[in-house]
Amino acid sequence: MDIVKLTIDDKPVVVERGTTLLEAAKSIGINIPTLCYMKLEDLNFENKPGGCRVCVVEVEGRRNLAPACKTECSEGMVVHSHTVRVINARRTVMELILSDHPAECLTCAKSGNCDLQSMAQKLGIRELHYKGEQSRYKGDKSPAIIREMDKCIMCRRCETACNDVQTVGVLSAINRGFESVVAPAFEMDLDKSSCTYCGQCVAVCPTAALTERDSTWKVVEAIVNPQKTVIVQTAPAVRAALGEAFGMEPGTLVTGKMVAALKKLGFDYVFDTDFAADLTIMEEGAEILDRLSRHLNGDKEVKLPILTSCCPGWVKFFEHHFPEMIDIPSTAKSPQQMFGAIAKSYFAQQLKKKREDLVVVSVMPCLAKKYECTREEFQVNGDPDVNLSISTRELANLIRNANLDFGKLTDEDFDHPLGESTGASVIFGTTGGVIEAAIRSAYEMFTEKKLEKVDFLELRGMEGIRKATVDFDGLPINIGIAHGLGNARKLLEDIKAGKSEFHAIEIMACPGGCIGGGGQPYHHGDVEILKKRQKAIYAEDAGKPIRKSHENPYIQKLYKEFLGKPLSDKSHELLHTHYFDRKSKIEVNH
Amino acid sequence: MASVKLPESKIQELKEVCQKYDNKGSELINVLHGAQELFGYLPAEVQEIIADELNVSVAHVYGVVTFYSFFSMLPKGRNPISICMGTACYVRGAEKVLDEFKRILNVKVGETTGDGKFSLSCLRCVGACGLAPVVTIGERVYGRVSADDVKKILSEYA
Repeated sequence: MDIVKLTIDDKPVVVERGTTLLEAAKSIGINIPTLCYMKLEDLNFENKPGGCRVCVVEVEGRRNLAPACKTECSEGMVVHSHTVRVINARRTVMELILSDHPAECLTCAKSGNCDLQSMAQKLGIRELHYKGEQSRYKGDKSPAIIREMDKCIMCRRCETACNDVQTVGVLSAINRGFESVVAPAFEMDLDKSSCTYCGQCVAVCPTAALTERDSTWKVVEAIVNPQKTVIVQTAPAVRAALGEAFGMEPGTLVTGKMVAALKKLGFDYVFDTDFAADLTIMEEGAEILDRLSRHLNGDKEVKLPILTSCCPGWVKFFEHHFPEMIDIPSTAKSPQQMFGAIAKSYFAQQLKKKREDLVVVSVMPCLAKKYECTREEFQVNGDPDVNLSISTRELANLIRNANLDFGKLTDEDFDHPLGESTGASVIFGTTGGVIEAAIRSAYEMFTEKKLEKVDFLELRGMEGIRKATVDFDGLPINIGIAHGLGNARKLLEDIKAGKSEFHAIEIMACPGGCIGGGGQPYHHGDVEILKKRQKAIYAEDAGKPIRKSHENPYIQKLYKEFLGKPLSDKSHELLHTHYFDRKSKIEVNH
Repeated sequence: MASVKLPESKIQELKEVCQKYDNKGSELINVLHGAQELFGYLPAEVQEIIADELNVSVAHVYGVVTFYSFFSMLPKGRNPISICMGTACYVRGAEKVLDEFKRILNVKVGETTGDGKFSLSCLRCVGACGLAPVVTIGERVYGRVSADDVKKILSEYA
């Protein structure tokens, strides 16, 4: 191994050639402050444009200060990370950045969670010595993501997330100098672009330049409206992360406290999206088996592999980028939408209420869900199946607004009938979970044998693309898993090129799956947090008395009383959907 | 977004420009030069085709187009006017000349008149400092232009 020796702050350090000063310093416990820099360990992505200059250090023999994130270590270097010159330079850089930033901290959505704010604190900025012009850009409010580029500091993290991690390619720096800004092509609004609303840009934005569209107040208005029965559903990944917003250790499960909080907030029924996840498995599992058995019977028309369709970011991604393959994904709606459709039909009937009198609110780890519930095909006469979708972060704000001491709440249980769920549905919250849940049920339906071991460890993990073969009583079933849209793209290219031999593929838009969703408490670049959330999800699954979706007694009842059987006409009407070709069309004059 | 309809023959030529550079994303700037030569400017549709051909995002193409002042998303007028803003021309009153063009044509620098007749741009030194201030319209060069001459010059293109 080619190594170099140097000293940082009088401490000797030996590193591999090519290591940056920032990493070398970190290896001996010196954390040089950074702002634009972000490293997503495990996902192997690094954002280091060297733009902000907050990480500058002094290198003996060099005239200028060096940005630690971009400067590689060399033999014999003598580095000082906090001389007066360095500290002054950092403060000057910070003051210059702040001189072109709206000082709205008191009312800003990111206050308390803003990397710019905390860096200003860390560097002890109390006064700005520079007064100059301030950038002004038009605002952009999509159904899910709000862009307020006056607050952008050009760190370029969102570009790394959008272009490198997700390969969605919506964002780019445009113009130059003072005019430069990160924007979609032709400065169009996000809702005109091929944005998937995955929200990974929001997840990494250091400031409030990119935030979610906040619906908390609309939820409160619905709750206090006596004409409305307000139903809430909570996605599996929320319970594994909500506690972080109240200072709990990442990976703390707060299912019972979350339910208690929702009841105290005044929701009429606190239900679980997990119930709908079990329902998704019934429909998607039946679809997998249907396609599989037709394939085994030599039907050449049948499309394999089948792709999961729970993730609205992923759905919009293939509608834009792979429209020629829109007949491959499962037609099953996402759990959020299945829940809405059942709540406003089956449950409305039970309540003897009109669907318009029900308000269905979802709490999601996701920003794309905000967009999904506005899609026209998920409405009946203009009334959406899911009225409002709020993120984990927004729920945390609601709980704070209501002055609830979250940590001290006594655990409560979900209401019935749409609150009962199995372990299979809980793992929907992590990469690999949907397909594992599907396998648990599909195995028993296909082989008509009892599945003894329900844990499919070969499907679990954090690698971006995973492959495994599951034995269906002698029939090998090839499973593919991808999380992060960049990884999904790789798998899809393989399918397109005919290189894929998978029977079924699970795809989640966000790294880690829903636990890493764009609506979760901010991880500030610490991807370790995702692993802890993942562990919590599997722990919840292991602790459930029922761990296969088809054994959920309330699901069985729903089919008996209302739906008939999976893939029935009623199921198709309520639980299945179709996709649209959204590829941008270039008009040609013949 | 599609505001301009491109003739199919031109699209074929544009694709050939991309192929000349092996459809490589790293050749984007060269392809944009070729495309601007072909169309006179780089409308959104052209950028979309280039993005598709080179397998890069449209946002990236647009980012490059807006970074370099040479690239333009506005069609040039039939008579492109350039005012030299080099040092010699500037000190001899080029700005007043420019202001007069802007006033009469009612356009800003980089824009084209509504009838497509004139477009206005600035450049740095055409190497005729002895004639400062210099204005070029198409291939023609006008020397020692004063603000008072602008109206007369424009009338030549009536």
